[in-house]
Amino acid sequence: MIAGKMTAWVIAAAVFGAWAMPAASDEITIGSMAPTTGNVATFGVGQRNAYQLAVEQANSVGGLKIGGRQYTIKLLFEDEQNSPEVGATVARKLINQDKVAAILGPTNTKVCLAVGPIAQENKVPMVTPTCTNPKVTLVGDYVFRAGFIDTFQGAVGAYFVYQTLGKRKAGVLFDNGNDYTKGLATYFRQAFEKLGGKVVAFESFTDEEKTVDFRPQLIRIKSAAPDVIYTSDYYGAAALIAKQAQEMGLKVPLAGGDGFDSPDLVRIGGASVEGLHFTNFYSQDDPSPEVQDFIRAYRAKYNDTPDAYAAQGYGAAQILFDAIQRADKIDGPAIRVALAGTKGLKTVAGEITFDANRNPTKPAVILEIKDGKQKFVKRVSPADLPAEIRP
Amino acid sequence: MPLFGQASRSAASWSILFGLVGLLSVWWYVSEFGGAAFLQQLINGLQRGSIYALIALGFTMVYGIVKLINFAHGDIFMFGAYVACFAGAALLGSGHWVAFVGAIAIAMALTALLGVVIERVAYRPLRDRPRFSALTTAMGVSLLLENFFSLPPSTVPFPLNHLVFGPNYISFPALVEVEYYSFGAVYVTTMHILDFVLAIALMVLLHVFIKHTITGKAMRAVAFSMDGAKLMGINVDRTIAITFAVGSALGAASGLMYGMTYGILASPYFGIFPGLQAFIAAVLGGIGNIPGAVLGGFLMGASETFATSIDSNLAYMTSFVILIIVLLFRPSGLLGKLQREKV
Repeated sequence: MIAGKMTAWVIAAAVFGAWAMPAASDEITIGSMAPTTGNVATFGVGQRNAYQLAVEQANSVGGLKIGGRQYTIKLLFEDEQNSPEVGATVARKLINQDKVAAILGPTNTKVCLAVGPIAQENKVPMVTPTCTNPKVTLVGDYVFRAGFIDTFQGAVGAYFVYQTLGKRKAGVLFDNGNDYTKGLATYFRQAFEKLGGKVVAFESFTDEEKTVDFRPQLIRIKSAAPDVIYTSDYYGAAALIAKQAQEMGLKVPLAGGDGFDSPDLVRIGGASVEGLHFTNFYSQDDPSPEVQDFIRAYRAKYNDTPDAYAAQGYGAAQILFDAIQRADKIDGPAIRVALAGTKGLKTVAGEITFDANRNPTKPAVILEIKDGKQKFVKRVSPADLPAEIRP
Repeated sequence: MPLFGQASRSAASWSILFGLVGLLSVWWYVSEFGGAAFLQQLINGLQRGSIYALIALGFTMVYGIVKLINFAHGDIFMFGAYVACFAGAALLGSGHWVAFVGAIAIAMALTALLGVVIERVAYRPLRDRPRFSALTTAMGVSLLLENFFSLPPSTVPFPLNHLVFGPNYISFPALVEVEYYSFGAVYVTTMHILDFVLAIALMVLLHVFIKHTITGKAMRAVAFSMDGAKLMGINVDRTIAITFAVGSALGAASGLMYGMTYGILASPYFGIFPGLQAFIAAVLGGIGNIPGAVLGGFLMGASETFATSIDSNLAYMTSFVILIIVLLFRPSGLLGKLQREKV
């Protein structure tokens, strides 16, 4: 009888042991996604490169230390094409089929809003590098971000346009089919009006992937006689808007948000984007050792200068790797708790401490296009903003 | 002829009604947004309409002759635009106008070839089958073209990787030097003039071709009765192939104009929306009717531009609302009844 019981225990222990034992080569699978094709392909290519660089560097020093053992990181990458439908499909694949421990990405708000609920439902933590709409992390407590939110970005843009450029009448143009551009345009308007400026035209178009003719809206903006145009869209649309505004003799300065950060802004827009200003996550001129080391490593591997999307992607990977090691086990809820406890972590995306809504507080930079290149103008922290527009 | 008299009286009264509604809309727009804005939107709308008109011609010709709605025509337009883009970029070194003429010639020739191949492979074998079969293949061809050309070149094996365009947007080379001419608050560019002149010129050429050449005569005969034409010794297969070639070449010219006007080709899916607008334009003008397609194209371009300027969400809806209203009162389109003769 006793022997029988013993045998049962031994078998149970052996079965449990085999199940609990990690795979022969200790490996942790991390999923990532970004748009490497479509209308914002330069964002995705930079981010994919950054993820691969971060993983390569972590693996070269032994990978991640979890539960006293070294785990090699296996990175899976999916192209989400800047489409919520594709994003949801690849998120399900990464979670259900590949059983990833966590997700890096996606890149843009509208895809984040589709992927977030899936990650939340399956208790898979995700860190998005560059989704900026406040709604993104409100989806649930498994969704974190490495960038600032658009209430802040819109306020920084408005303050810069009002205070530094001295403009008082803004024409705003945005895509009403995209939560990011719609949100940013709205927050810009709120802040600009609180400062005492006037939004004389608030025009929208539908679907930046289909729209190539912005003149119907620009004619209306022109007749409202603004002294600045703020457009919250991505670089492709922004370049066409700049070109067409110039064509119709609407020669006022242009400003926008982090969606402008791409070499293609100048490639498509040419001379018409000269003198344009935009808010961004980072500037290549940032002297901090984290950023400069990253730029050096990225250049060495890809022979290209990383944009803010790449830098944020690298930062998101740093945040996630740090949290996994602190969680000390490969388990969604544990990693989530560790992520939420991130405090004062120095990354390429800045010094990260998450607030109650899983957003870090970090400064924005303002860049100008000068002679076809991005030029650093200034850095703006939340504390630099007047109290009435501080988010 | 009481019946004829009645028909033309009701046609006249509907024309008067449409005219009145149109005038009211113009009056409202001018009083709301100003005369200069109205004129500028109209000019831009006609420019967009020129692009639609040339695509609509292809729809209308093919329908007129084989009673097939060629759903792949928007993608043929897309193909023409890409060919013009690559040809133009390659020829840019030898001067602006050389590049323009070269690009349009190469694009029209290659796209005509594509049209003929599509007809030979996908439509001719089904000509004696129920019309629905060919309609389904047309959709299949459309999806095939969009998705094939969207493949990233790096994922496609050797000879094919030079054929695909990839999923990302590309810039269209500036083939002509764009000049600006302002008239007070309104301006016109070289591109406005070029688009408009090209659309009208190609329409007139097509008209002359159909009315005054032997091939054109054969086309009209085939459109009238395929069996009758056969009995008269007309090579029906050849005539239909020529129709596809001419329609596709016009689509390519339109693609070149689109690329030059907006400076960017978004992805191999970009032909869908202009294709849809042009299809509506062809139905609106009376499908099978050549001046009707051009009129429909201008109407679509202008209404889309005005609707977008009022609210961008209206743009996608307006064309369908116009289509429904016109079809309710004039089922054969604006010019469909007045001129019975088809292509």
